Formats: sequence, structure tokens, C-alpha cells
Amino acid sequence: MLEPQILWPALLNGLTMGAIYALIALGLTLVYGVLHIINFAHGSLLMLGLYAVFFLFKFWKVDPYVALLALVPGMFALGYALQRLVIGRGSHGKDENILLVTLGLSIIIENLALHFFGSETRQIETAYSSAMVNIAGASLTVPRVAASAGALTCCAILWLIMARTDLGRAIRAIAKERQGARLVGIDVEHIFAMSFGIGLACLGAAACFLLPAFYVSPQVGHTFVLVAFTVVVLGGMGSFVGSLVGGFAVGVVESFGGLMLGESLGQIGVFVIFIAVLLFRPSGLFGHKV
Amino acid sequence: MKQTRRIFIKHTAAAAGAMGFPLIGGAQPAPIKIGVLHPVTGALAFPGQQCREGTMLAIEEINARGGIKSMGGAKIQPVLGDAQSQPQVGAAEVEKMNEQGVTAIVGAYASAICLAHTQAAAKYNIPCIIDQGVAEQIVQRGLKNVFRFGPGYEKVVRAGINYLHIMNTVAGRPIRSAVLVHEESLFGTGTAQQIARDLPAMGYEVLETIKHANPTRDFNNIALRIKSRNPDVVIPSSYLNEYVLLLKTLKQQGVAPKAIYSIFGGGGSNPKVIKENPGDVDLVLDCNHWYNPKNPKSREVRARAEKKGLFFTHEVLMAYTVTMMLGDALERAKSSRREAVLDALQASTWSDHIMPYGPTKFVNGQNEGAQPLVTQYLKGDVKVVLPNNFAEAEAVFPARKG
Amino acid sequence: MTPSAVRSLLFIVAFLAAMALLPAFIRSEFWLTFLILALYTASLGQAWNVLGGFGGQYSFGHAMFFGVGAYAAAVLQVRFGINPWVTLGAAFVLGGATGAMVGALTFRYGLKGSYFALVTLAFAEVFRVLANTFEFTGAGVGMMIKLAPGAANFQFVAKTGFYFTILSIVAAGLMVAWWLKHSRFGAWLTAVRENEDAARALGVDVFRVKLGAITLSGAMMATGGVFYVQMFQYIDPPLAFGAGISVEALLVAIVGGMGSIFGPLIGAFTLALVNHTTTELIGRAPALSMALYGLLLIVMVTFLPNGLIGGLASLARRLGLRQRSGGDE
Repeated sequence: MLEPQILWPALLNGLTMGAIYALIALGLTLVYGVLHIINFAHGSLLMLGLYAVFFLFKFWKVDPYVALLALVPGMFALGYALQRLVIGRGSHGKDENILLVTLGLSIIIENLALHFFGSETRQIETAYSSAMVNIAGASLTVPRVAASAGALTCCAILWLIMARTDLGRAIRAIAKERQGARLVGIDVEHIFAMSFGIGLACLGAAACFLLPAFYVSPQVGHTFVLVAFTVVVLGGMGSFVGSLVGGFAVGVVESFGGLMLGESLGQIGVFVIFIAVLLFRPSGLFGHKV
Repeated sequence: MKQTRRIFIKHTAAAAGAMGFPLIGGAQPAPIKIGVLHPVTGALAFPGQQCREGTMLAIEEINARGGIKSMGGAKIQPVLGDAQSQPQVGAAEVEKMNEQGVTAIVGAYASAICLAHTQAAAKYNIPCIIDQGVAEQIVQRGLKNVFRFGPGYEKVVRAGINYLHIMNTVAGRPIRSAVLVHEESLFGTGTAQQIARDLPAMGYEVLETIKHANPTRDFNNIALRIKSRNPDVVIPSSYLNEYVLLLKTLKQQGVAPKAIYSIFGGGGSNPKVIKENPGDVDLVLDCNHWYNPKNPKSREVRARAEKKGLFFTHEVLMAYTVTMMLGDALERAKSSRREAVLDALQASTWSDHIMPYGPTKFVNGQNEGAQPLVTQYLKGDVKVVLPNNFAEAEAVFPARKG
Repeated sequence: MTPSAVRSLLFIVAFLAAMALLPAFIRSEFWLTFLILALYTASLGQAWNVLGGFGGQYSFGHAMFFGVGAYAAAVLQVRFGINPWVTLGAAFVLGGATGAMVGALTFRYGLKGSYFALVTLAFAEVFRVLANTFEFTGAGVGMMIKLAPGAANFQFVAKTGFYFTILSIVAAGLMVAWWLKHSRFGAWLTAVRENEDAARALGVDVFRVKLGAITLSGAMMATGGVFYVQMFQYIDPPLAFGAGISVEALLVAIVGGMGSIFGPLIGAFTLALVNHTTTELIGRAPALSMALYGLLLIVMVTFLPNGLIGGLASLARRLGLRQRSGGDE
């Protein structure tokens, strides 16, 4: 059943939901593009970020958007340490071992959260949680609009870091040619850890933008992890613009898929497009040739 | 966070106490081991833990008032099991419990786990007391060791539709059309199928049935579709997180049907939900497991649970009650032998409980007197509104002009 | 047959003989169930190992083959009244066909590495959504097979029936792995894993070799699905096609040692023991015991980067034994 008056709000819903996906995928695409690893712990780390935002709000009344100031550096430090001390050491540079290490990490994080934070679902009620913005007849919540702005900003900042800084150049060098980078004196381990740190910093930002519009529970990571991978592959691994566009695309496809095929079967649209892109253009919409 | 840890420590202490460390004052009879099997980690951790808490509440009560008197005051010793939200792990836990010599098993919340664990337990003739598990097949497979105290979903749905019809008739039939929203697995799909079948027969039009995934991240489109169909009543059957998200989104999008009435709504009668989202869920009606508010003991049990920092959800109260029923069966069995307990359960006519069921009467493992109640979120709490002999408040129906 | 092939064949036979005698010594139903579940996980791991370990194609979506097998068993029994033993054969064929179909699509377009991993994950999700939608597969309600105990119905009254069934499936898996170690096809497959271009230069038909591996792997995985349904009698889309099964399969194979005959078995038994021990140790805080399990996983990978088999081999080397001893063939 497709009423025309739903189309416009559905498009906006898709786009703003897609922005949230893009935010979550930005961190993943960097890690994926540079370290070429599939980080199974991405969802659990997002959950950890969401809990941080939740507790900051609950105990110290820190507004989620103000919490950005704590979450971004905090998650960066966590990411740097994790890559340096756990993932880098445990994986011995083997893909299959990275997979197991990040899988182990996700099991640990999820269950520690379950033990210490409890299994219940938490949410925060801010003054603007349910405030609405009207855009040409479609109602959107303020947090969703803010998340869209956040996604665009994060994407721009990442792009600047990659294009304009020495760090960015080093990261790009390593992504392209690991051995060569080592030979010209780049500290590969350090850059790996920096990439992972920046990836998690993005995730921290994502957590700040997501919580006012959503909820957190120890299981919440699973809600977003598959869709984040989809976005990354669609957009092309390592491409920030790709993630942004991929996120929007997934959001919109999901939205219209749900409208046309029903919310349950509608999920299939995203996966079919995902498979098609992988088959016919495996480098993604914005990626370089593999 | 602190709350949870405190509960955990308390439980450990209670369990250790129940382990039968010799108490001063004479020999203690051997404790009776009861398996407490729930999915306390993984996707179902929250409801699973609520069930475990409810079971422990009952065991503590039984032990505190002197254990099973017909067995010389034998204490109940819980043998805790975690099904890790997977049927096969639940079945494996039964094997472990069997070797530890449990007399009976209370569990296991989810229907899929119940199907696996009751069958594994049947081999050893272990009585299985089902605390939730609403799928009808659990009691329809001819297993002699299965006892479900609460109603299955067919009965709840039938009752739910009847109550809706009664309220509507009394109010002068303001409601004529409905939209159903349900989650995609066994519970939501089964419930919605039956509603969609039965509702038209009573003169209501089902405008649309909307199925959604678990998890669903965004309900805006669903809200918009409901808005465009403009039903008199919205009937959701979803798990807790999706239920709350759906209701919030309906509110945000200005969708205000004359009533929101759920049958087994995952968050339709949950004190935590009304406390945290008063504006979004006020006046929502739910047909679900609930206690008899007219029974003074209900208030006492609820107060005790809340003192422990628990939200008194239907998981807690059902698990609590079925464990108390097991305590009654043990008292009459005068033995911790499984056969004796099975016979005692089969012959059970227990009425000293907080549910609106009357004396228990098991036919093929199903308690015939089990029935749901209709509750409504009123003044920041869950209040029973139907049937009249249990009602604490009059239903606000229709909730809105629409 | 080369002497080393004969030796490892003898080792497999000896191992299976020992496993076949084991139930006679086990009084505990719990430990019998433990063995059954560990063997069952090992069979999933071995299926993954054929494609992932020997062929170097890491799949994240093996649940799709498992689910096809499980649903084949359930649908054929419930809708058509077909005997479950017959469905085992049907599931094997359908699992293989699914593997061939997915392989033909993905390998034709040259997907490798993480791309292949993610595309298999997406396929598994597509299957999950489809199973969730159609009445034919019971949609979201899932499918329950009728309780009808008896060996003729693949619903054994005694646990040993399930034990010997899964042991036979594992035995078949071991033979497949042995064959891969010592056959030309296996050599081609390993060559593809090591260096696809080099293999192609040597005249190996890379596409057909990979296609053969995924077909075999899918067929093996599907039998695991049938076993699950017969043992637990209920299946629904997340149980059948969810990521949990995919992860379980790759986990035991990688932890045990990829591309080895006994790797999945050793991985499955070790992880089952670790899980059991952690729950026994801190069973009162189940979440903590799961976290400890995750920690041990990381520790294992950190100190045994080549899997448990690799660890055993280097231990044997250090003790001055010949590297060929045991099951590291």
C-alpha cells in the first residue's frame, strides 16, 4: 500500500536514518580501509560508547552533545590502546586471527556490560528528545536532524585529516603499500593504532548523536553492525564520502523497501543491492579499484 | 548499575544460605534441589534475568518460612542454569541438572528453549514448570512432565479480543477498525494471525497487518502508514524495545488512535515503561499475564520485589508464582522423588497464589483456570481494568476522541 | 598412496575406533551430551574448513547452508511426510546446490578475501529474510517436527543413537579432509589458497576448484542442519540462518587450526571444554563466565597463532619429535 503523501516523509526518514548508519560506518571504513580487517567488535564498541553517554547524562547531567568532548578523545585513546596492546599483538598480522581477537573482544565487552550495567534497556529523556522539526510537511525529530548534521561534519573532518595532515598522508601510504611505508621510515604500528583510534573516535561521536534518538542495552551493537558493514562495502572500503552516500542509500532503500514489500521482507532490498554491488562493482560506489 | 550488582550479591548470599550450610540447632534435612533454567546471557538476557529473579524471590520466601514442612523443613536449593539464549544450550543444561539430582526444573522463558528443555527433561521424568513459554505446542506434544501454570497464547488472544469487544460495546461502539503491528517471530506472528482471523468475525475491520523485524531501528514509516489508514485502534504485539520505540514514534508523529490495545504487548504492562515514558504510553491497554490486585498478598510480594530493586514485570511475577506452586506440590508430595512431585503437580488444586486463576487444575499439562487480565497505564502505574471482579480502576475507553 | 597418507589414514581409523568405544565407558548422560554437541560443532567446523581452511575462502555466511539443510529436513517432514533419514540425503544435495549457486555467482566475479566473507554474510541474511516471509517455511513462527521417538524417525530414545549418527558425520568429514590432504583436487585447492595467480599459471582451473570446494562444504554443512533439527525439533529463521551458526563454524576451525584434518575437532572440543569450565568456575555470574571465555579466546590466539594444531606441532618439534607425529597432517 503506497500512498503518495508518505513518499516524501519516507524519503526524509530514510535519509536521516541513513546519516546515522553513515556515522557508525565512518569509523569502520577507516579501520577496514587501512588495516584491511573486519572488526567484529565494532558493534560492541558502539554499545560501550552509548553507555558512556548514558552514564554521563544520568550521573553528571552532561548533555549528549556536550559529551562529544569526552567521548571523542576517550574512544580515541581506547582505540589506540586496543590496537597497540591487544589486536596488534594477538593477531600476528593474520586476517583470521584478527577476526578471532575482535570476536573475543566483542564477547568480553558485551558480557562485562551485561554484568556491570545490567540487561535492561536504558534511554535518556532530554528536553529535545521528542521535539519535532517540520520540513515541507514531514515531521522529523530534532535528534535525527542533529545526527545528520553530525554525520556530514564528521565526514568533512575525516576528509580533512586524511587529505591535509601528515598523519593522513601516512595512513594513506600504509593503506596502499604497507612494506613500502615501513621502508621509508613510517612507524607502521603507531599509524595502525592511530587509525583504529580515529575510527573509534568517530564511533564515540556516533554514540553521542545516536543515544537521544534511540536506546542502549548490552545487545544494541547487533542492531547496527551488519548495516554498518553494508554501508562500508557499498560506499567502498576506506572512502568517507562513500560511507556517507552508502549510508544514505541504505537508509532510503530500507525505507522504501519497507513501504513496498512490508517492513519484514523489505530488509531484503538492502542485502540484494549489497550483493549486486559486490558482484559487479566490488570496489564499491566510491572505492578504488581492488 | 549499582542496583544490579547489589541484587547479584544478595542472591549469591541467599543461594549460599540455601546450600545447606549447617545451621545452629539440630540436623537439617537434605535440601531439595530445583533447577532454575533461563536465558540470562545473550539476546534474551533481560526477560531471562527477570524470570530468574522471580524464581529466587519464591525460593527465598519458602526457605525463610521454614522450608518444606512435610519434609522436616527441608530447604530448597536452587541449581542455576543459563541457556545462553540458545535452545541447545538449554537442553544441555538439563543434562547437567539431572546429574546434580534436581527434583524439578523451573523455566525457561522462551518458547523455543522450552520446547528443547522439556523434551530433554522428559527422558529423566523431571517435572518441568513452565513460567512463560506461551507457544501451544509446549503442552500439546504429549509430554507427561510439563506443567504450564499460565495461559497459552491462543487463550490470551481469545480473551483479549473478547475484552476489547466488551469495552467497546459498553462505550457505545466507538471502535470499528484496527491496524495490527507485530514482530516477525513465533510470538508476534502467531498472535497477530489469530487476531486477524477472529476480529472480523466480531464485526471489526482489520485495515492492515504490519510485520516488522527484530530489531527495528526506525518506526517512522510504520507510524505514517498507521496515520494514513486512520484506524480506531492500534494493536501491537512486539518485544519490549520495539514496543516502546513504536509508541514513542506514534506520539512524535501525532498518531492518536482512539485506543492502543495490545495483546501480549512486550511493554504494555511494565512498571518500568510507564515510569520512564509517561507521556508516550499513558492510557495504553494491555491484555497479558498479571496478578490479582484484590489479593492483599499481591501487594506484599510486589513490595518485596521492589525493595530488592526489581521492576515487578510479568516475567518476575509469573516465575515467582510457578515456583510457589512447585513449593505447594513439594509440600504435598512429602518427597523429593520426581514421580511423587509429578503426581502432586497433576493433583494440584493450589489456590493460595496471587494470580486471578482460582485453584489449579492441570489437564494435559495446561492449567485450565489460567487467564489474562486487561491492564491500563493509569496515573503512572499499571492498573487492572477488566474483568470487573479483578478491576482496580475503570478503564478510560476510548482513551482519546480520535 | 604415499606412506604419510597411509599413516594419517590409520590415525583417523584409530581415532574413530576409540571414539566408537567411548560411550561404553561413559556413565554420565551429561558428558555423553557434551560429546554429541562437541562432535556436532566439529562437523560444522569441518564443513567450513573444506572451503576456508583448505581453500582459503573465508565464509561468514555458512549458516545459509546449515539453514538450507535444517529447513529441508523440517519442510520435507512436516509438509510432505518424508522420513527424516531421507531428508538427510535431500539436505546434502540442496546444501551442495546452494553452495554451487553462491559459488558460481561470487567466484565468477572473482570475489576474494573480505569481499567474499561479506557477500556470504549477505546471502545468509537473504535466506533468513525469505524463510521469515513464506508460509511454506512456517515464516516467523518457524517449524516444529512431530515428537515421534524411534531410530526409524531419527529421534533416538537413547543418546547413543545421536552419538553414533554424529560420529558417522564427523567420520565422513575426516575422510573428506584426508582426501583433500592427499588428492590432486586437494593439492589444487591448497595451491589456490596459497597463490591464485601461481595456481592458474600451473594450469589449475581456479574457478572450478573453488566451486567444487564450496559445493562440498555446503553439502557437509547442510547435514549439520538436519542433525540439529532432529535433536532439538524446532527451527526458526534466526536459529537457522543467524550469524551465530556461521561464527561457531569458523571459530572452531580457526582455533583448532585451519587446513588440517583434526583442527575442527580439536577446536570444537577445546572450546566446549573452555565454555564448560568457565561456567563451572563462575556459574553464578554467567555473564562473567562468558567474558572469561572471550578472554581465553584472545589468549589462545595470541599464544597459538597457528591454531591449536600448530601449537601442538611446534611443541612436538621442541620436544624433538618428528613433525609428522599426531594429526597435524
